[in-house]
Amino acid sequence: MVDIAPTSDALLMAKPAPRTQNLGQIIRWLLLFIGGVIMIMPIAYMISTSLKWPHEVYNVNLIPEEPTIDNYIFVLEDGRFYWWFVNSIIIATITTICNLLFDSLVGYTLCKFRFPGRTIVFIAILSTLMIPTEMLVIPWYLMSQSFGWLDSYWGIMFPGLMTAFGTFLMKQFFESVPDDFIEAARIDGLNELQIWWTVAMPLVKPALAALAIFVFLGNWTAFLWPLIVTNSVDMYTIPVGLSGFGDEADVAWELIMTGAAISTIPTLVVFLIFQRFIIRGVVMAGLKG
Amino acid sequence: MANLALRKLAKSYGSIEVLHGISLDVADGEFVVFVGPSGCGKSTTLRMIAGLEETSSGIIEIGGREVNNLEPKERDIAMVFQNYAIYPHMSVKKNIAFGLRSSKMPKVDKEKRIQEVAGILDMVDLLDRKPDQLSGGQRQRVAIGRAMVRNPAVFLFDEPLSNLDAQLRTQMRLEIKKLHQRVGNTIIFVTHDQVEAMTMADRIVIMKDGHIQQVGTPAEVFHKPANTFVARFIGAPSMNLLAGQIDGTTVSLDAGQQLTVPTLVQTQSGGVLLGVRPDDLHPNSANPILAGTVTLREPLGPETLIYVETPSGEIIAKADGRMPPAVGETVQLGADPENLHVFDAASGQALT
Ligand SMILES: Nc1ncnc2c1ncn2[C@@H]1O[C@H](COP(=O)(O)OP(=O)(O)O)[C@@H](O)[C@H]1O
Ligand SMILES: [Mg+2]
Repeated sequence: MVDIAPTSDALLMAKPAPRTQNLGQIIRWLLLFIGGVIMIMPIAYMISTSLKWPHEVYNVNLIPEEPTIDNYIFVLEDGRFYWWFVNSIIIATITTICNLLFDSLVGYTLCKFRFPGRTIVFIAILSTLMIPTEMLVIPWYLMSQSFGWLDSYWGIMFPGLMTAFGTFLMKQFFESVPDDFIEAARIDGLNELQIWWTVAMPLVKPALAALAIFVFLGNWTAFLWPLIVTNSVDMYTIPVGLSGFGDEADVAWELIMTGAAISTIPTLVVFLIFQRFIIRGVVMAGLKG
Repeated sequence: MANLALRKLAKSYGSIEVLHGISLDVADGEFVVFVGPSGCGKSTTLRMIAGLEETSSGIIEIGGREVNNLEPKERDIAMVFQNYAIYPHMSVKKNIAFGLRSSKMPKVDKEKRIQEVAGILDMVDLLDRKPDQLSGGQRQRVAIGRAMVRNPAVFLFDEPLSNLDAQLRTQMRLEIKKLHQRVGNTIIFVTHDQVEAMTMADRIVIMKDGHIQQVGTPAEVFHKPANTFVARFIGAPSMNLLAGQIDGTTVSLDAGQQLTVPTLVQTQSGGVLLGVRPDDLHPNSANPILAGTVTLREPLGPETLIYVETPSGEIIAKADGRMPPAVGETVQLGADPENLHVFDAASGQALT
């Protein structure tokens, strides 16, 4: 997501293109250009490095002297990368689905129901945002150890199946679903779970799409926790696996960059699938015109 | 179809009581309109009938059955909201069918019922559209369709027309009234617009600050208002109220004039307010009440409203549409004695 934002911004800015190019305009363009370059450079180097021979990796030239696709062939034929890819896909997908369900269920409840302790629950959930992952991994690890979850999918996934951020996001978006819709459905005889699913959820599709992209990317690139909780190479996710690519003596940057380049493909696919749903103003159409 | 009864229905939010024990009987098939200024508790009452809001005390009966502890879906009611509340992600047909979701009707019958309702509302061609492809009036019709499709015992409408423009509102008013004549279900209709109330209702319930002020047919509340609030709320422009003293059937206005009013329900002496509607007050009438200077004219076509500065304050009267008195002219205003209303000055209650 991060690498796409500046380009689309630049496109938006380009459209009006007035003839009078004053100084402010030039400065704005310059800043955008610099921002764009800063964003693009690491990606450009990633792709460039993945096309280099090992001896050229430490040269700063962006265009490889002798481009090669041998790295790609090597990585794709290497059995380990295949498994890491599958692991990452499974973990990111399941985590994303769970977040969409659980975050929106909890967010909906906090938003649309009045019950004793509601504010306390909400504050408790929000306060977990203030604790950094680096501190949480210790209790997570102790938990995983005592429950025997180490080195398993469940062990990698369980801390992220529901997030405070997602819950907060969904709660805020459910505020935009008018109570009239919910009450109308109640009169029509739906139970609360049916109302959530058939009435409220379709109305917050843009938020669900944004959350899906966010959670998928977050889990796709997660490094610290999967590194700690996994032991066997077969259970690694892509970031964990790539970090150790190469032999004991040397880090094979060209292979790491190749794996990284390949692993951006699913994130692009997820982004392209879900960004279609991020269309504003869906909710308002059913209300007064 | 069923009758509806409210018995000492009250509602408090925290320590604030917003509805103070109202009682009302609505006959089967009756079209009752709740009208009153914003914040008087109309929606609260309706939502309690629907089961969306808990009652603080009192009883609600639908079809002779106490429904206080029933879920909305068990009360055999349907509600149309001010904001329509039709689902933007569903087609018109799906929206209407939504009302039948929990019914056990066979699929074929459901389909027939949807077509029937669409036919009544003249929406057969619109069934596949999404709400954002409909006009405001059409959306409101979808909302009504969703309510109709279940053929509920009682229809509840909460200001369903207030988001429509004036012309559409008049049209929908007629359509809803026709619909009622056709389907005959009991209807409770909430509005703050007295014209809607007058034109649609079999009976009007006028509310203010959580109290019922008067219940009656449109003619009753117009011609025999129970108090000054009703007198001024119903009818536009509002009734003129002139301060005075009564003795027997003689009212002496504070501004000096004396006149005879019809016999009172209870003879009384003391401070009163003499009420006369602009429609009943004309210049150069045979029964003069008071004189004043015309300050403003509002031509309405057949008639002209004149604003007259009198010793009793500004008064509105109706003059001929072709030859209204000029601004600045002094006019003698008069009204037929039987069109005069007398209210107790202290309590505001009608004495006529
Ligand atoms: N949820 C609520 N909490 C507190 N007060 C409320 C609530 N809903 C309505 N009220 C109050 O109850 C009174 C009646 O409201 P309402 O029935 O909506 O009026 P109306 O529909 O006649 O305009 C108002 O004074 C309003 O402020
Ligand atoms: Mg209201």
